[in-house]
Amino acid sequence: MPDEREFICVTCPVGCSILAKVEGQELIEIRGQACQRGEAFVREELTAPRRMLTTTVRVRGGKLPLVPVRSSAPVPQGLLFALARALRQVELSAPVGDHQPVMLNALDTGIDIVTSRAVEACEGYEEKPGAGT
Amino acid sequence: MRSLTCDVLVIGSGPAGLAAAYEAKKHGAEDVLLLERNDELGGILQQCIHTGFGVREFGEDLSGPEYAWRWIARARSADLRVLSETMVLGVDHSRRVVASSRALGLVEILPRALVLAMGCRERPRGALAIPGSRPAGVFTAGTAQRLVNIEGYMPGERYVILGSGDIGMIMARRLTLEGAQVVAVCEILPYISGLRRNLVQCIRDFDIPLHLCTTVTEVRGRDRVESVIVSRVDEQWRPIAGTRQEIPCDTLLLSVGLVPENELTRMAGATIDPATGGPVVDEGHGTDVPGIFAAGNVVHVYDLVDDVSAAARIAGRSAGRYVRQGAPEAGQRIRLRAGENVRAVVPQILGLAALEEGPVVLQFRARHPVEGPVRAELVMGEGAGARVLLSRRHRYVRPAEMVTMSLPPALAAELAAAGDSARDLAVRIIE
Ligand SMILES: Cc1cc2nc3c(=O)[nH]c(=O)nc-3n(C[C@H](O)[C@H](O)[C@H](O)COP(=O)(O)OP(=O)(O)OC[C@H]3O[C@@H](n4cnc5c(N)ncnc54)[C@H](O)[C@@H]3O)c2cc1C
Ligand code: SF4
Repeated sequence: MPDEREFICVTCPVGCSILAKVEGQELIEIRGQACQRGEAFVREELTAPRRMLTTTVRVRGGKLPLVPVRSSAPVPQGLLFALARALRQVELSAPVGDHQPVMLNALDTGIDIVTSRAVEACEGYEEKPGAGT
Repeated sequence: MRSLTCDVLVIGSGPAGLAAAYEAKKHGAEDVLLLERNDELGGILQQCIHTGFGVREFGEDLSGPEYAWRWIARARSADLRVLSETMVLGVDHSRRVVASSRALGLVEILPRALVLAMGCRERPRGALAIPGSRPAGVFTAGTAQRLVNIEGYMPGERYVILGSGDIGMIMARRLTLEGAQVVAVCEILPYISGLRRNLVQCIRDFDIPLHLCTTVTEVRGRDRVESVIVSRVDEQWRPIAGTRQEIPCDTLLLSVGLVPENELTRMAGATIDPATGGPVVDEGHGTDVPGIFAAGNVVHVYDLVDDVSAAARIAGRSAGRYVRQGAPEAGQRIRLRAGENVRAVVPQILGLAALEEGPVVLQFRARHPVEGPVRAELVMGEGAGARVLLSRRHRYVRPAEMVTMSLPPALAAELAAAGDSARDLAVRIIE
């Protein structure tokens, strides 16, 4: 017997409610998605859900103490905590560029973590050997 | 006091102010001045580090800062004058603006047109009147967002969040990913007040307990929050006896709604719509004070920033046109009212001359959710005898999701022919 399940597509802010008939991991019928990406989303939810990761990374000598970072594409949901933990260990030195890579191929996902904005260096800040951590 | 003049003055550099200033410049205003009280442009988006912005505007899923910086780059390319660290203190009906500026001291600015784009602010604890002690550890969700995302400071370790607004849900995920514990999200209504995608990706994904029809009835703790008492409520929001439960926590976050920031709008003498908390505007986003326009969350609180930019463009264009040609010929003006299951309609005033020139988009919200097919209608007259001018189907309506309806220019002739009976139209949502 196929199950009737409701999904809320998180691919874009529209957040379509999608009704899907599924049997195990197989998709039998689907309705409610306003665009094609909705079906791809449901298929992925049934097998290997992915989510965007956004967090912050510390910046040394910057006008701001943190820079926001994001994954360049959605990452496997099960890795969100491990990635956030790994990024808490990272510290960049100002100036930090926009879309500067922070972690390439993060945890072997094939996905990069990049900055979401630039952070200028603080005037008068000099890098001291051994400063920071 | 120094005195400045300009064609268009924009107050606030969030997405609304940036888009309005950019568009005013493109539509004929030579000298556009943008004022911002912070040292950086971009408004509240700089602290909204999550993605979900820009899908409509740029066809990409951007973070808040990315969306802001794209607009800042646009504004820079358009050669606007920008004065940051400048706080506007007063405005009057003749558009005389007084501001305190770090670079210039106290200044007076006399623009030919003015765009208000001050955004919104969060409802604070005082508006809720939760009894109990006043220990440290109670924050609005937006304050916590700034502390965590900009200042790098965790306000607590064990959180209860009151209200299921988007900022609260987004903070629940953010704090959880940072290693904190979110032990409960309580919502007084029987449904969440934010977007459903946030219910999925911020609450359910992390198994955060969500309690509907539940509120915080007491805060306990001497110097710091030690626990909160939550109770289930009945339909009248009265706590139900015997449902009290104590939840130990060190921090309470409030995510109980946003209100348009309209001190300056009131000073200028513009009429405020009690249903939106923002000024009454016409289809060009002009207020009822000549030459004063409003854009973004000062008008009503938006849920998608792309819609803020789109609406602000209209305001900027109108301001540019006002500078070039003065007030446009309004023609017949129609008052738009909120009918059945509609909370408020923007714009509140529709000029037929403008509708003849191009489609006008109405934006409104449902009062209560309907999880089945509904029709949004524009009607003339009341009740069963009402004449339906336009009817659009929707699969559902939810208060958290704004509904839009585009009025076609062809409607203008029909309304003109109806004369006085079309002075006052209502928007309703029916099953
Ligand atoms: C705390 C908070 C968090 C939010 N998080 C989200 C989110 O995660 N996702 C989302 O889609 N929407 C969010 N919103 C809604 C968000 O505000 C809108 O999507 C959008 O940013 C509104 O743009 P705006 O330009 O109207 O206002 P804002 O971005 O708020 O910009 C208003 C600007 O005006 C300036 N200003 C105000 N008064 C004065 C004055 N007197 N003088 C000079 N300058 C002044 C302010 O400093 C600010 O820069 C949030 C709102 C708040 C309050
Ligand atoms: S189905 Fe398409 S429109 Fe609907 S939420 Fe998903 S991506 Fe957005």
